[in-house]
Amino acid sequence: MITLAHVLTLSAILFALSVAGIFLNRKNVILLLMCIELMLLAVNFNFIAFSRFLGNIDGQVFVFFILTVAAAESAIGLAILVVLFRERRSINVEDLNTMQG
Amino acid sequence: MNPNVLLAIVLLPLGAAIIAGLFGRRIGRVGAHTVTIGAVGISFILSCIVLKQILVEGAPTYNAPVYTWLVSDGIAAQVGFLVDRLTALMMVVVTFVSFCVHVYTIGYMADDDGYQRFFSYISLFTFSMLMLVMSNNFLQLFFGWEAVGVVSYLLIGFWYTRPSAIFANLKAFIVNRVGDFGFIIGIAAIVYFTNSLDYQTVFAQVPEVARQSLQVSQDHTWPAMTLICICLFIGAMGKSAQVPLHVWLPDSMEGPTPISALIHAATMVTAGIFMVARMSPLFEYSDTALSFVLVIGATTAFFMGLLGVVNNDIKRVIAYSTLSQLGYMTVALGVSAYGAGIFHLMTHAFFKALLFLAAGSVIIALHHEQDMRKMGGLFKYMKVTAITSWIGALALIGTPFFSGFYSKDAIIEAVHESHRYGAHYAYWCVLLGVFVTALYTFRMIFMTFHGPERFAHAGEGDHGHDHAHGEHDHRAHDAGHAAHGHKPHESPWVVTVPLILLAIPSVIIGYFTVAPVLFGNYFGRSLVVLEQNDVIGELAHEFHGAGSFAIHAFTSAPFWLAAAGVFTAYVFFLKNPSWADAVQRNFRILYNVLTNKYYADWFNENVIAPVARGIGRLFWRVGDEILIDGMAVNGSAKGIGVMAAVLRQIQSGYLYHYAFAMIIGLSALLFWLLAR
Repeated sequence: MITLAHVLTLSAILFALSVAGIFLNRKNVILLLMCIELMLLAVNFNFIAFSRFLGNIDGQVFVFFILTVAAAESAIGLAILVVLFRERRSINVEDLNTMQG
Repeated sequence: MNPNVLLAIVLLPLGAAIIAGLFGRRIGRVGAHTVTIGAVGISFILSCIVLKQILVEGAPTYNAPVYTWLVSDGIAAQVGFLVDRLTALMMVVVTFVSFCVHVYTIGYMADDDGYQRFFSYISLFTFSMLMLVMSNNFLQLFFGWEAVGVVSYLLIGFWYTRPSAIFANLKAFIVNRVGDFGFIIGIAAIVYFTNSLDYQTVFAQVPEVARQSLQVSQDHTWPAMTLICICLFIGAMGKSAQVPLHVWLPDSMEGPTPISALIHAATMVTAGIFMVARMSPLFEYSDTALSFVLVIGATTAFFMGLLGVVNNDIKRVIAYSTLSQLGYMTVALGVSAYGAGIFHLMTHAFFKALLFLAAGSVIIALHHEQDMRKMGGLFKYMKVTAITSWIGALALIGTPFFSGFYSKDAIIEAVHESHRYGAHYAYWCVLLGVFVTALYTFRMIFMTFHGPERFAHAGEGDHGHDHAHGEHDHRAHDAGHAAHGHKPHESPWVVTVPLILLAIPSVIIGYFTVAPVLFGNYFGRSLVVLEQNDVIGELAHEFHGAGSFAIHAFTSAPFWLAAAGVFTAYVFFLKNPSWADAVQRNFRILYNVLTNKYYADWFNENVIAPVARGIGRLFWRVGDEILIDGMAVNGSAKGIGVMAAVLRQIQSGYLYHYAFAMIIGLSALLFWLLAR
């Protein structure tokens, strides 16, 4: 029997993985985008789990919105990535420190 | 009384000063003196009308604000006039002397480049002085006080290319600042205790304030009235040149002679006397302050007079005489004989202005020579000047029937009557001062108008003459004259007419006004004297008319002391000048002390000034540069710079660092929310 605790644990693990991915990744911007995606999915998991166990459909409706936004965001993110690569000839995160004050 | 008349009296000289000052080039010399003399003349006539309204028609005291500048916390800053008998008297004296000096200036400054500027300044001075005497509140009093100080500064340094003049005007300004510091503290104390600037409101609260005191330390209190009065009197000491703030007045003689007569003899320097008399309701409640006033005045009266005996600059001799006479007035204030002080102020204004203007006439005749050792025998060349000088001198030493006699004798008698602490010392000072006054006055008269003629050969083989006493006899603007070689002659009518105009009151005004002004309760409620201090009232019992007052004087000590002074001057400076030199040699130490002015200047320049500069430097270096600039201003900027340098290390520019910081922050927030 799968309980709410199981699902939340899975979601937390996914979230933690994606956070770790953001920190530890030193090479690739694409990986960053994927990690953000994964974070959103972990959040979606929470929504669905609570929706299911509370018998309320609202959470699932919210997930659709989040998926839509996430898709749009990845599209823009990838577009930026392409422009960035053309500009710099690199998508290495180590090189992208122009925000330094 | 019509407030518009009062406004006109004050504003006409101001308007004339503005016209002559700003448009002097356009209206020319004649325009400048016409407009200023016209304005001051009308002021004088209107002042006379005001005096007549008060005396003859019995008009009530005018006391009202004409303009409210601002009201803050119930304290109103207003321009207002208080015109009572005291004020009316001062207005007439100020405008009359000012008028005479204006006319005289036409002759004295005839070939000076700063002609229009000079007229502008003296008109401005008249305005300021009238604001001072007509004020009905402390703020306007302070305005007038400072304004006359500024004009005095401008006029002492009138010949601004001369370093000695610049030094003198700076000195006058700084010494007056010391006095004004006390004055403004006094006004602040008045506001603190009474919460008002208006004279009448303040005076009404005096008995109540007299019971209060100021806690200065654990077991130390100052009576409020003593504190206020002494602070106010310190202001008067600066303005009226009382010891030890007297040092600026002799140096102020660097200015042109007309202003020496107007500002530094007749009017501005008497502002302190006037102020103390005006504040008599305050001073009456503090015996300590009055004793202080008395001792300071007595010291000035005697010891400053002595300096006149050894000086050789004609203007400086009169300046020391002014110091001494101001001392007399202060003594009168100190024994609560305010009426006698104001009376002496009035008579002194006439004869001292006369003496100064006469000295100026001599100076013109000798082409700006001020050293009395190069004068002598001028009587037969300039009769009018010499005779009017004699009149002034006789009035100054207190010859019976002359105006100076009545005022000075009244002061001496008043001191004699008084039982205030210090009155005994003061009595001896003023009594011996009579001898000293006669001695230096007639020394000046004899050296200038009588004896051998020393001017013809002066300046030729004599380039090595000493400047030890500060005479500055090269006049920069004097180049146009053929300096030596022809006889001196009488000055033009614009110079002699004011002399005659001033000589008349110098002779008669005492005789005609002593009974009503001094003993006839002229001042009414303008001056307040408590019953136990009323020395003038005591004297009034013995007064039986001006004539018998003068005749009685022939049997009293002051007359014989004055006569002895004249005789001594005659013997030592006219008959046997070698005796004077012998005395000078035998009393070398005393002579040195006197010629060095009791080392007061030396003390100021070598002790006070370096210490003040040292303190200033300390505050500048430590307070300003290190504490304020170094730590507060630049320090905070530097501190932020250091903090920024540390924080900049965090800004790596890597996206994942920022994301990490965000997540850490977010989770911290969540934990805080949950754990709460």
